[in-house]
Amino acid sequence: MERPKKKSSRSSPPTLFKEVYVLKKILQRHEAYVFIIILLFSTLITVVNPNFLTFENLFDLLKSTAFTGVLAIGVLLVLISGGIDMSFAAIATISEYVSITLCLKYGGNMLTAFVIATVIALVLGSINGFLIHTFSIPPIITTIATMNLYYGLLIVITKGRWIYSLPPYFNTFSQVRFLTLTTESGIPYGLSVVTVIWFALMALTAWMLKFTRLGRSIYAVGGDATSAARVGINVMFTQVFVYAFMGLMAAFAGIIQALLVQTVAPNSIVGKELTVIAAVVLGGASLSGGKGTVLGTFFGVMLLAIVQNGMTLMKVSAIWYDVMVGLVILISVGFSSYREKQGKNMRRIDVLESNAQPVGERV
Amino acid sequence: MKIAAQFGNLRDYMETPFLSMHKVSKHYSGVRALDEVDFSIREGEIHCLAGTNGSGKSTLVKIISGVVQPESGCTISIAGKEVSHLSSRFSKQQGIEVIYQDLSLFPNLTVAENIVISEQVSGTSRLVSWKKGRELAQQVMQKIGISIPLDVTVSELSMADQQLVAISRALTRDVRLLIMDEPTTALTRKEIESLLKVVLDLQSKGIASLFISHKLNEVMEIAQRISVLRDGKMIGCFSCKDLSATKLEFAMTGANTTYIPYHFQPDYAKTPLVEIVEGSKAGNFKNINLSIYRGEIVGLTGLLGSGRTELALSLFGLNPLEAGQVIMEGKPVQIRNVEDAMRLGIAYVPENRLSDGVALEQSIAKNLVITVLDEMLGTLNTLDDKAMRKAAQHWIDALEIKVPSMDSAAKTLSGGNQQRVVLAKWIATRPKLLILDNPTVGIDVAAKSSIHAVIKRLAEEGMSIIIISDEIAEVLNSCNRVLIMNRGRIVKSFITDGATEEEIQSFISTHAV
Repeated sequence: MERPKKKSSRSSPPTLFKEVYVLKKILQRHEAYVFIIILLFSTLITVVNPNFLTFENLFDLLKSTAFTGVLAIGVLLVLISGGIDMSFAAIATISEYVSITLCLKYGGNMLTAFVIATVIALVLGSINGFLIHTFSIPPIITTIATMNLYYGLLIVITKGRWIYSLPPYFNTFSQVRFLTLTTESGIPYGLSVVTVIWFALMALTAWMLKFTRLGRSIYAVGGDATSAARVGINVMFTQVFVYAFMGLMAAFAGIIQALLVQTVAPNSIVGKELTVIAAVVLGGASLSGGKGTVLGTFFGVMLLAIVQNGMTLMKVSAIWYDVMVGLVILISVGFSSYREKQGKNMRRIDVLESNAQPVGERV
Repeated sequence: MKIAAQFGNLRDYMETPFLSMHKVSKHYSGVRALDEVDFSIREGEIHCLAGTNGSGKSTLVKIISGVVQPESGCTISIAGKEVSHLSSRFSKQQGIEVIYQDLSLFPNLTVAENIVISEQVSGTSRLVSWKKGRELAQQVMQKIGISIPLDVTVSELSMADQQLVAISRALTRDVRLLIMDEPTTALTRKEIESLLKVVLDLQSKGIASLFISHKLNEVMEIAQRISVLRDGKMIGCFSCKDLSATKLEFAMTGANTTYIPYHFQPDYAKTPLVEIVEGSKAGNFKNINLSIYRGEIVGLTGLLGSGRTELALSLFGLNPLEAGQVIMEGKPVQIRNVEDAMRLGIAYVPENRLSDGVALEQSIAKNLVITVLDEMLGTLNTLDDKAMRKAAQHWIDALEIKVPSMDSAAKTLSGGNQQRVVLAKWIATRPKLLILDNPTVGIDVAAKSSIHAVIKRLAEEGMSIIIISDEIAEVLNSCNRVLIMNRGRIVKSFITDGATEEEIQSFISTHAV
């Protein structure tokens, strides 16, 4: 076959340059940019306030970010499938609130709290997926509607009451650490159970996305839903699955939130939707679907968390936080989109370079 | 064709029919899509299915692939065995694969994944092995002797390579008949050649190919037979060897285009209307010298990717020159955007009138006056309805547009009449230079001739016209001069008075890359 030969992916690069080649490959990925920006920020913050780069601060950061981090995993799947979800904060609040109310009333333990929250959130998430698929309402409209519906019902039923005293096992469980260190003043700190749950969920999701048929189907549906149906992928199941999965993550996030703040306020989570979506997009997911990784999402979430943490440590007033977030998103996403645009210019023609056949066109 | 000769020894197994269908009919809500159609394709045969839009081609393909069920009374047999009915699943089991015009690829996934995805979806394992997937993809590509990097995402590939990925995907199954819908329209000549090689290679493995097309194309050079559908009826099955473009057109449309040649000798002593001097645009075209005189109709042809559309767009400000000069009526001008072009009296009628040319839901009258709304202002600077209706009526009469009423939506018109509306709306701006991109694509023969007549009349009145077209016959017979482009250069200029279609065609074939 005399097809013009392309460099086959199998032909490995010269061994001498292997490291350079691998580095180049890594640098082509969006995650690399976010990571570099994280490094730059961290360096800057550490220079101003060395307290940033301490185990105490880092463990604390990983603990307090777990809530956003878990939600981001769910959002990632929804975005990859080409959808969007605005109702996850409402679902998180409801599952948290109902689960804890039931635990207070009938007794239970950490496991029942998780199970109840999970079941409620799965149902609410599936309703989203089902509505979107069956009635073909655009996901953003559907989930804005269900966000109002879910959240509105919660407020009507609870009248917006806060829950101040959680079951005692919430407090004990939140103190569980997998690694305990103590500060100079004797306060214990370490790798919190909340962080471990977050990392376990990320690992599971990353595996599912990469190595299961379902995971690949989500990418396929996000790439082109019609083509997906043609190759035999069950598009309806995939869509319902991602919204149900989003619900599942919202349930975990809801309980994590309760563990972190030890109170339940019906209005404390709602309103965080856009920040979470922004973090996922920052991590390389595309709003038009088909793109995104768990690692990128982790970086995206961490970058926003570090910006916030760093501002506190650098004693910058918190009112600047939104400005910073806006700038970080623009710079990071803008940079990698611009590079992509550069690659896709107008169709180029292989222009004949020699003047071999000039035509005396001017008569 | 030379390559075809090498495969002459295939005759043996090309005698047995793989699929044969007898008396296939299909109605959609009372409208006849297929009427007692007979169709057959032999093992390892390269077969074309031709017909105009709405002739029933896609319905026939849908029946073959099992997506649509035919009406009772037909007999279908596959590989010698009669089958009661075809379902999507059954067709696939029998080795029938369809590659749709959109290729059904996933732009965000890698080449390897795109190739193996249908295999993975239908497999039993819920887990995905990347290693196995890559191996399978590699194997399939080796089968047809191609190599595309496995880890590149499909969105980065050229159309031709995407086409090959789609074919490779079909080959992951035990395919016996590969159906391709208009596979060559988006490819350059070079890319078509390599596609044809792959198809011949499949043939040597006993895999039949069926190509769907609405016009004569390169595939027919290597095909054995061509079946032509018109209005849901099978007109006939011809041997490709003795089917000329004219005969095929007649079979598809039931009429022949009659051309009245346009022989015109511009007054070369006068200043040309437009001149391009050493016009270049990186990656598009280079050192273009071109002069167009008043009253000329200049045909611009060449293969896809020769730079002809890009050149025309540069005159309309959509693809401005990077170097060189445009001179309009003796004065150097700058055309940086569409507004500049329109101010200079240049109009451009795009190829895809449905998406770029007509507002389908709007009334015919509104479509006609949209370009000249400035002239329709009455007192208080509001639009004067009377003036608009008068202008619309003028153009309907002038171009003999057949309309139910000027207030009906433009979508109610036939293709030919829609094209006339698009023409009228640009002529209304009284351009000095009118650029037409494939003005008669997809419209019937009768409408074609009358559009050509309109174009000629405009030229006789002093307008200069550039026609971009794939059809040599069209440019030869309606232009006084034909320019051939190749790889971004104008390589030849023919005066149509005295030139023949064969002469131009052979020039293009020998000079094309």
